[in-house]
Amino acid sequence: MKSSLKNMVLTLLIITLVSSTAVGLVYLITEGPIAEAKSNKTTGALSKVLPAGEITNDPTADKSVITLDGMDIVVYPALNDDGVVGYAVESSTKMGFSGSFKLMVGFNGDMEVVNIEVLQHAETPGLGSKMGDPNNVLLVSFKGNNPANMKLSVTKDGGDVDAITASTITSVAYIDAVKRAYDAVLSLNEGGLKNE
Amino acid sequence: MEYFAIIIGAIFVNNIVLAQFLGICPFLGVSNKVETSLGMGAAVTFVMAIASVVVYLIQYHILVPLEIQYMQTIVFILVIASLVQMVEIMLKKLSPALYQALGIFLPLITTNCAVLGVAIILVQKEYSLLESVVFSVSSAIGFSLALVLFAGLRERLDFEDVPKSMKGVPIALVTAGILAMAFMGFSGLV
Amino acid sequence: MSKLQILTKGIIKDNPSFVLLLGMCPMLGTTSSAINGLSMGIATLFVLTLSNIAISLIKDFIPAKVRIPSFIVVIASFVTVVQLCMEAFVPELYATLGVFIPLIVVNCIILGRAEAFASKNNVINSALDGIGMGLGFTMALVLLGTVREALGAGSFFGFKFIEGDGILLFVLAPGAFIALAYLLVIFNKLTAKLK
Repeated sequence: MKSSLKNMVLTLLIITLVSSTAVGLVYLITEGPIAEAKSNKTTGALSKVLPAGEITNDPTADKSVITLDGMDIVVYPALNDDGVVGYAVESSTKMGFSGSFKLMVGFNGDMEVVNIEVLQHAETPGLGSKMGDPNNVLLVSFKGNNPANMKLSVTKDGGDVDAITASTITSVAYIDAVKRAYDAVLSLNEGGLKNE
Repeated sequence: MEYFAIIIGAIFVNNIVLAQFLGICPFLGVSNKVETSLGMGAAVTFVMAIASVVVYLIQYHILVPLEIQYMQTIVFILVIASLVQMVEIMLKKLSPALYQALGIFLPLITTNCAVLGVAIILVQKEYSLLESVVFSVSSAIGFSLALVLFAGLRERLDFEDVPKSMKGVPIALVTAGILAMAFMGFSGLV
Repeated sequence: MSKLQILTKGIIKDNPSFVLLLGMCPMLGTTSSAINGLSMGIATLFVLTLSNIAISLIKDFIPAKVRIPSFIVVIASFVTVVQLCMEAFVPELYATLGVFIPLIVVNCIILGRAEAFASKNNVINSALDGIGMGLGFTMALVLLGTVREALGAGSFFGFKFIEGDGILLFVLAPGAFIALAYLLVIFNKLTAKLK
């Protein structure tokens, strides 16, 4: 087809209009499922890190957001009739080997770590990515311990946390994220645990 | 300090070609001579620097306010394509010498996934305007560095006695692999 | 050329990855495991087929000078559709493949087929060409992914067949280049025999 200014502008206009309408429609269709997939991820992680037992509230509805060092940390409290049974904290660090990553750290009422889930990361597959494996050394070091009673650094630096072999940077960042999660709960309760 | 980390990270640690696999086509395609790869590197740096500013402004002043972030891919590729065209026309008028040097590389840049890749990454990492520019220029320098080093190696490879079935692309890929291994030595720097 | 030839030429004779050496970025970037390679291949196959069909349908109405921009808009729209669908229905996979999903737009295979084939042929042939090329690309990705996963992690599509770790290098960047180099050598040797 011969090109003239009129038909060029017209064709581009029509093509852009048609395609953006089509994309917009698909967006409307997928908007719901995308939001659902995201919230499923959060609730899935919550159920994995919160202590077992009855929880009477909806942690996602009672969440509070705290900003530490310019990063948002989300605290999801889990309550039952006796008061606080635990906290799940969505925490992140920028110190990872390939930039930032996000953890969900679960504490019980005594601030002992119940479980930790990796929500999002870009660490090297086969090395740093091991922090997401079940029962990896980092997770085992934290499980059942209150971070306040631990020396929060890797064993090489005299701390209490075993680092993943050949992934010290990832391990240090992991510790940083857990510490941040702990600090967030403390600052939320201003020192003591809230037991209303 | 933050900027320093971004610069070192983008040039060495997460080199866009050797660690992130973006811009492999020009990396394999125009890296036969050191001179041409310098030209390509300069052209990419030029376009990426401008693109990062434009993309930043579009993302935060058009897409986010209108809540149409899902149009990102379409908008970014169109912006980059038109930007390349504009740069080409302007260079032709303003600096014929520079156009002579970079001209033939410009059309190739539209489909260089490094440019779109960097644009998407800097939005993903939520960089500020200045950080975006620093990041994209450093990425482009990393791209040029990889390209020039690789071209230097390939110029020498031409004189080597390579097994027949390894000639051409396969031996180039093995070389790239060894270069990537060398760049892994930078890991942990930031 | 018969319909069957159009469909099959992308798999061996004009294989986009091994013969034409197009689309090398996703080829190297997404093949750290076989399943990632397969998913990327299918996403690309989808975009390639749809964009080939759309472009051959509208080819007669597009002025020559705005051909390329029009193609890019069409391709980018399909990529966005795939991107949104993946984010909604396979979020895990979407997170793994990351930046390479939007980068399907600049995969030279797609614009290349649009320009070289779909803009000159009818709808059915263009669709077949898209499927064939897409299959060839997927095959190459799965092959490289399988090799890298087997050597690097000692597993096949996630099933471990050795204890402990493999040769980690093959999961990392350098291994991608080296594994692809040797696959190319083998592919060239085999096809040379076929001829």
